[in-house]
Amino acid sequence: MTALLEFWSSNATELWRLVERHLFLVVVSTGLAVLMGVPAGIVAARRPRLGRPLLAFANVAQTIPSLALLGFLLPLPFVGGVGPRTALVALTLYALLPVIRTTVAGLATIDRPIRDAGIAMGMTSSQLLWMVELPLALPAIVAGIRVAAVIGVGTATIAAAIGAGGLGEYIFRGLSMVDSTMILAGAIPAAVLALLLDGLLAGLEHALKRGRGRRPVVLAAAAIAAALLVALALPARTGPDTPIGVGSKNFTEQVLLGELLALTLESEGVSVERRLNLGGTFICDRALRSGDIDVYVEYTGTAVSAIFHDEVPRDPADAFNKAREMYTAHGLTLFRPLGFNNTFAILVRGDDARRLGLRSIGDLERVAARWRPGFGYEFLQRADGYSGLVNAYGLRFGQPPAAMDLSLIYKALADRRVDVIAGDATSALIDSLDLVALEDTRRYFPPYDAAPVARTAAVLERPEIRRAMERLAGRISAADMRAMNRAVDVDGQDARAVARRFLERL
Amino acid sequence: MKGLSARDTSGNSIVSFDAVSFSHDGGAPVVRELSLDVSAGEVLVLVGRSGAGKSTLLRLVNGMLLPTSGSVTVEGRDTRQWDGIQLRRRTGYVLQEIGLFPHMTVEANVGLVPRLERWSAGRVRDRTRELLELVGLPASTHASRRPQELSGGERQRVGVARALAIDPPMLLMDEPFGALDPVTRHELQGELRRIQRALGTTIVLVTHDMAEALTLAHRIGVIEDGMLIACDTPMRIAASKDPRIRRLLDTLVAFPGVERPS
Repeated sequence: MTALLEFWSSNATELWRLVERHLFLVVVSTGLAVLMGVPAGIVAARRPRLGRPLLAFANVAQTIPSLALLGFLLPLPFVGGVGPRTALVALTLYALLPVIRTTVAGLATIDRPIRDAGIAMGMTSSQLLWMVELPLALPAIVAGIRVAAVIGVGTATIAAAIGAGGLGEYIFRGLSMVDSTMILAGAIPAAVLALLLDGLLAGLEHALKRGRGRRPVVLAAAAIAAALLVALALPARTGPDTPIGVGSKNFTEQVLLGELLALTLESEGVSVERRLNLGGTFICDRALRSGDIDVYVEYTGTAVSAIFHDEVPRDPADAFNKAREMYTAHGLTLFRPLGFNNTFAILVRGDDARRLGLRSIGDLERVAARWRPGFGYEFLQRADGYSGLVNAYGLRFGQPPAAMDLSLIYKALADRRVDVIAGDATSALIDSLDLVALEDTRRYFPPYDAAPVARTAAVLERPEIRRAMERLAGRISAADMRAMNRAVDVDGQDARAVARRFLERL
Repeated sequence: MKGLSARDTSGNSIVSFDAVSFSHDGGAPVVRELSLDVSAGEVLVLVGRSGAGKSTLLRLVNGMLLPTSGSVTVEGRDTRQWDGIQLRRRTGYVLQEIGLFPHMTVEANVGLVPRLERWSAGRVRDRTRELLELVGLPASTHASRRPQELSGGERQRVGVARALAIDPPMLLMDEPFGALDPVTRHELQGELRRIQRALGTTIVLVTHDMAEALTLAHRIGVIEDGMLIACDTPMRIAASKDPRIRRLLDTLVAFPGVERPS
């Protein structure tokens, strides 16, 4: 608890910035949802034939898992891209259903004689709408907005996965560092935010139930218009002296590599926009190709197999050349490797390894029937992942593999929730959690040399990129990487500070 | 069986139905070949059983419905030619369910049509007070209340006041007192007679209560199956030998003290 308070007080500016961003995401997306959802609800209530497909669309949008929706939106033109825009689109889609539903329901509960009286008095259909129907449906609509906003606060934490910021940044950072204080530092303010918004809107809803005339409608419309203005003021991201966007995947080593790239670029005198912790390989690749980032560090084996779906040569140089050719064909430039090979490591608990005498992956054959494996989503999906591994070594596990986030997997192994995992060979947690890497005697895992990949267009336009990448080539050993990972993951140091210290010694 | 024609040839009719038929979207006709004139300043009460098509007739008058065939003429102009909004502003309408707007005060409800007609705030306020006094509700105590805080009788008084707001030449009333207790109903019927005499408003009132028809009407129109089967003074209707009309009159036996016409 004290650790948490300390964390907040020493990161007060950052915390406030994240809260602001979080609120921005929720308010703007809810506002947009109201602007679209209320008219849609009115149409749906008046013309059921038009309304049914609208409701069906909103229903479907609501059921898409949020990470899947973000991943799907990311490569789309206009709406997509890394950053708040994609998150706003996704959050708006989620907020639509409650708003449309309650608008339809609110209008449907108005008694027929009340509507008839309005018509019989000679109200035009817009007078009826603004003076009678909307004021009467308003408490219900506000109840819907309340639901939408509270859902929005929760969903917005996931927006951090695509670099949209918000309190989710602490949660994701905490997950990847296995640091529960950090997770709570993001989760608690998010919960408080949800409760505050809920209370605020509940108050408004209550006031409206006793409110009068069209004034509340006008006020509500004004508030929505204000929210929209903020949305339009969103800074557009193009221009001649745009900063160079540096991305990274969502684990510590990648964040460190991102910082190393960013700091080196900055020392070349260019401004850099850090978009670290973006997500997995897929998201980083999409972000690079859509121009949302200009450079990030990929691993040769991952590039060939996961991105281009091809066979990875066993020889590191062959693998690098193959990856570079494929990237070149897609308008991307792969720079020389940084100097370390982050291959997969099949990890077991140290005590198991010693007790059962496990040394190589092949030794797992003896225990597989009783063991439960746990793997990251990517590893389960990839051809060079789980399915290839069990074939190569003829393993037959007694239980299907548990799928979990990469950041949770080491802890799950240490906590005995799973018995064998695939991790990174450079992970600091291997030592600190007393895990043992089993030897890959059959050379199943291909080389995964880390190398920066950049948009060729950006490289041609900004020669500083090439200069910076050449300076880093071959300079980071596996031991360097493990040490930096440990400094962040185990000692809780700031990634940028660790990266800066490393560069100073270089 | 062909319906009766009750056309006025004197030329001072404010509403005329000419061979009007109406059906909802190709359904069975609700009104059939109905012809009828309403004179200015007259109280015409339409009686008939539930579902006979009485309410439909009122909605044909103010243009909320348009005839499937035949024509409805209001103040000399076919309802198809009227701007529906203008026609309805000139026609007061009182529903059985009243339909007061629950989010507005009594004053705002009554002043709504004048506001739609862009009267000045002061004029609206004066008119509202005047109308509330006219229907027997003291403005000082009732103007700022909500409809939910009123009794059924008070609500219907507000409904009548609202319908009279811009002094329309014609008032359409759809079973206005049907949901009230007998004492309140009797009271309000008296008020309506008084108001009608004072303002000279033409009233077309629909009811299934024969006693109400006999009390209020200058003329009674009897509707059955969407057809007008009789239209005459209360005295003549009461004396009718037509078995369909006798059936309606027989309901009066239930009220002791009301003399059964023979």
